[in-house]
Order: sequence, then structure tokens, then C-alpha cells
Amino acid sequence: MQELKKKTKYLRALKAAFPYTIPIFAGFWFLGLTYGIYMNVSGFSFWYPMLMSLTIFAGSVEFVAVNMLLGSFHPIQVLVMTLMINARHLFYGISMLDKYKGTGWKKIYLIFGLCDESFSINYTADIPEDVDKGWFMFFVTLLNHFYWFFGATLGGIFGFFIHFNTEGLDFVMTAMFVVIFMEQWFKDKKHTNALLGLGLSLLCLIVFGADNFMIPAMIAILVVLTLLKKPMEKEVK
Amino acid sequence: MTLTQQVITIVMVIIGTMATRFLPFLLFPAEKPTPKYIQYLGKVLPAAVFGLLVIYCLKDVSIFSGSHGLPELISITVVVALHWWKKQMLLSIAGGTICYMLLVQLLF
Repeated sequence: MQELKKKTKYLRALKAAFPYTIPIFAGFWFLGLTYGIYMNVSGFSFWYPMLMSLTIFAGSVEFVAVNMLLGSFHPIQVLVMTLMINARHLFYGISMLDKYKGTGWKKIYLIFGLCDESFSINYTADIPEDVDKGWFMFFVTLLNHFYWFFGATLGGIFGFFIHFNTEGLDFVMTAMFVVIFMEQWFKDKKHTNALLGLGLSLLCLIVFGADNFMIPAMIAILVVLTLLKKPMEKEVK
Repeated sequence: MTLTQQVITIVMVIIGTMATRFLPFLLFPAEKPTPKYIQYLGKVLPAAVFGLLVIYCLKDVSIFSGSHGLPELISITVVVALHWWKKQMLLSIAGGTICYMLLVQLLF
């Protein structure tokens, strides 16, 4: 009886989690495939995208890592660059401190798999009352991880044979973040922070350019939100 | 690069990535009360970060050349309109993506 109860608990969480991950299935399958093909044509065997997608699980830095592997050996530079590209994860962690509380052993995996997409879904999803929150977030993360691994490995193996017109499919990620931005917008009463995030990022993009704007944008957001702490605290209450 | 150097390079990427993900949880463990300032950031950051992610996705769009960002502008309008109207995540995402694919493959 106990066993059965446990099984339905997992199943219910998986069933609730899966629909949220469908756009990510489309996006990661495609991006992972692109990444695998990119590694393939750069001369790496499929073992590389397969193992890297499994152990790193951070899309943007994995693309950059291809170039790092093709260049000369600079481990410290690689570490610093990875920290810079992935610095936004710090924001995700700070936002998930509360939500990941009490998830037991699953917490380690939840933190390991805290990519843009897992964070966005786990932060905004309305998890039904009768679904275990820890398992829901676990399955969202696991499914995302699997999609990415699946795409990257397939791309690495079959890269050369795949020819069909997928141009523009990568827009699925943009569309998803726009929707998630709106979901958060509907939930909030005031939108100062949302508008600041958009505005400051855009400003930094114009000033610093596509390759260098992330860190300045994050600092700008952090500084302005800190300066506005007093008035903003009234808003979030 | 030798195989060993490749392995070290990949391990560095893993360490770097994991550091950014685990650091907040190591600095502010669940057993201890989280500082007020960090709690505040945890509340106001997400909406701002979603804005940052939207801009991040669009960072390589060029307004002054090529299709001048028109396919992106039109498709995002479709996503926003669909989502405002129906509030169905998958419908809005699929609608916007199909619109974008048609635009870049057939029109631009």
C-alpha cells in the first residue's frame, strides 16, 4: 500500500511537470542538436557533446567551450570565462533559496540543474496543491536535462546526415521567456523591477554590445534594486 | 591539446558552472535565517531577471541591417497578444515560433 502511494506521488508530479517542459523539449532538442553538430564538424567524437551535456548542463557555456577546446591550453582563463558567462545563476540561486528548502536529497540535483529554463519554470509554475513540490521541480529539471543530453548526443552522432529546414526554430526559447516574463507580470501588482530588468539590460546591450553586456547589466540591476530597497519593499508587500 | 588538457579544460567549465549554481546555497544555508537584504533580492530579482533573459535572447538581432529585427518584433507581438488573450503557455509559444519560422523562411 505504501509502495503504491509513493508510486502515484511520483507519477502525479511527473504528469504535472511534463506539460511545462514541452516548449523546452522543442528548444533543447534543437539547440542540443545544433551543439552536437557543431562539435561534430569541429572534429570531436560524439563522446564529447554526450558527456559534456550530461556534466555541464549549461547551454551557452558549452558552445563557448568548443572554442576553448580548439584553442591553446589556458585552464584559469577557462574558469574565469565560465564564471562570467554563468554569473546569472547566482541570481537564480538567491531567488530559489526558499523554494528549494525541504526538498531533501533532491536539492543537490535541483541546484546542479539550475539552468535558465529550470529556474524560470520552477519559479513561476503554479504547482497544484495535491502535487509534491519537490518532486515536481525534480522532474522539470530531470526532463530538461534529458532533452539537452538527448539532442546533443544525437547531433554528435548523426550531425552529418541531418538536413531539413529548421531555420527559426530557436525562437522557441525567446517565445518561452517572453511568456514567462508575462506570467510574472500578471502575478505582480507593481512592475518597477520587471521594467528595470528590461530597460537596464537593453541599455547595457546598446552600450556594451552583445558579447559583453551581461555582467554590466547584472551589476546595474543589482545596484538599482539595492538603491530602491525602501520604496520597493512597500511594493512587494 | 592533449586528452589530459582537454579533460582539465572541461573540468574547469564544470567547476565554474557549479560554483555559480551552488554558491548562494552554500552562503545562505537552509538551517540559518537568510539575511533580510538577500530575502529582498530573492523577491525582486526574478521579474528583473526574466527581463534580462528576454533581452539576452534578442542580443544578436540587428536593427540596422538584414531584416531589421522585423521578424522578431512581429513574432513577439504575436506571443504577447496570444498570451494576453488565451493565457495558454504552449499556445502562445507555439504560435509565436511558427510565425517566426514562416517569416524567416518565406518572407525575409
